[in-house]
Amino acid sequence: MAPTFAVLAETKDGVARKVTLEMLAEARRLAQSAGGGSVGAIALGPLDAGEPARLAQHGADRIVHVESASLTTYSAEAFCGAAQAALGQAKPDSLFIAATSQGKDLAPRLAARLRVGLASDCVGFEIRDGELVARRPIYAGKAFGRVSWSTARPRIATVRPNTFAALPADAARKAEVEKVALEAVNVRARVVGFEKSEGEMLDLTEANIIVSGGRAMQGPENFELLRRLCTVLGATLGASRAAVDAGWIDHSHQVGQTGKVVNPTVYIAVGISGAIQHLAGMSSSRTIVAINKDKDAPIFKVASYGIVGDLYQIVPKLTEEFAKVLRE
Amino acid sequence: MNIVVFVKQVPDTETRIQLKDGVVDTSSVKWVANPYDEFAIEEGLRIRERLGQGKVTVVSLGPDRVKEAIKYALSLGADEGVHVKGDEVALSDPLAVATVLAAAARKLGFDLILTGKQGVDHDWSQVGVMLAEILDLPHVSVVVHLEVDPDAKKGKAKREVEGGAELLEFDLPAVITAQKGLNEPRYASLKGIMAVKKKVIPEWSPADLGLDPASLAEGAATIRFVDFALPPPRPAGRILEGDPADTARELVRLLREEAKVI
Repeated sequence: MAPTFAVLAETKDGVARKVTLEMLAEARRLAQSAGGGSVGAIALGPLDAGEPARLAQHGADRIVHVESASLTTYSAEAFCGAAQAALGQAKPDSLFIAATSQGKDLAPRLAARLRVGLASDCVGFEIRDGELVARRPIYAGKAFGRVSWSTARPRIATVRPNTFAALPADAARKAEVEKVALEAVNVRARVVGFEKSEGEMLDLTEANIIVSGGRAMQGPENFELLRRLCTVLGATLGASRAAVDAGWIDHSHQVGQTGKVVNPTVYIAVGISGAIQHLAGMSSSRTIVAINKDKDAPIFKVASYGIVGDLYQIVPKLTEEFAKVLRE
Repeated sequence: MNIVVFVKQVPDTETRIQLKDGVVDTSSVKWVANPYDEFAIEEGLRIRERLGQGKVTVVSLGPDRVKEAIKYALSLGADEGVHVKGDEVALSDPLAVATVLAAAARKLGFDLILTGKQGVDHDWSQVGVMLAEILDLPHVSVVVHLEVDPDAKKGKAKREVEGGAELLEFDLPAVITAQKGLNEPRYASLKGIMAVKKKVIPEWSPADLGLDPASLAEGAATIRFVDFALPPPRPAGRILEGDPADTARELVRLLREEAKVI
């Protein structure tokens, strides 16, 4: 029997986020590799008028939409009930959910309710002997494990953003929208507000370029050097555990095993020696740049490019040079 | 207020992960309490201290070695510890783990359940939230600030999300999963370490919790590892030395012309 996939669309203000399109592309690829399965999209809550067409153009064959006043803002309990209702209609073998703050909050609740297996933070999929196998980092990326599910359906996987490329929109693709009603859900943990973090930087997990500072920054004031480089590059500021534990910068900036695991296109490590728990969190970055005065620092072992020298001399020069070439 | 804290024992974050016979070699691993669970323990202790009443019970599931994690929590000031015995291979399924821990929580009774947002070993980030679903409780995950009012049976939490933090209000009892930043865990005092010696840590088996051992056998797992691999080594990089202005210029050129990433 042809496999059926469903993608839980993560939306923001009624518009599907990029990760939704990435999941649709991967589900499409898997469906095709299994000899022509179908891909559904499940949307919970408000959805802009043009969105169903956009989801179809990026790979969805059908769209199951649950709309209810209790889905206007995210809550794990209401979204879990809605996802369950949608799955009753879509009946996929496999369900992809984004490995985002929201998806990681919802997926375990849904898996426990349905008593099915959940593979978290997947970075690769294949179909082996008709069965889906997922690849996921463990120990923050120090190793990888491949996992498979029991016969309980659907299999659920959360999928790491920025891992798969979205398909180009195909205007010829169309999908029917099926509406599903939601019964009232008792929500006992409610979002009542949002605090935006300072600055306009992208989140570390979404950043294309990251500039991180370590112990050699010596204090909070010297992070200004890195902030200036971030501004020039449109980068997000990161930090090592040493810098966070010293109180120089907030924990939300920490990269590594007890911080964020990141995979940007460019990771610039400044004054970071490269403790194993830091390397775990960033070594899947495409290009790694290290700036450190100790040429034997472990960070140079994973670096694509490195400069051995004094960061206080190099970073201002680098900022100046980037500013110059990016202006041209 | 009865606070139950679930603690997992994991390899220290300084551990270099090696494979042996196709699986992760844990023979020379230094085992520690999961760092995120340390924030959960500390928060439990602080709530008890703030309220001037209550009990913090620490529960860990696993082989005999996890007693060390329980003793560590007791040395910090937890009132009681319980060791739920379990085979680590069979219990690599997060849903099975959550099922056992939920049964332990029911047996203990609770007003609040605290645990880390994830174990830094298999990084599933599932057990805390699954516990809430199995026990039919609300949950707030990845929490960096927490307030509870046991009289009103209400709480407030701040949870880290992309680009900021969500502020939540929730009903008690609830499950909270701790993120770094929630607090600064204390160190064990000499008095605390001495006090551990007098504590008895009961051992419960899944059968003691009314669970069918067959439901926890390896074959009953909803998800399982097929194999493991280490990440491919990165190719050797190009390391520049010399005048700061020259090396900075050369680096920018390489990133643009060779790597073509900026």
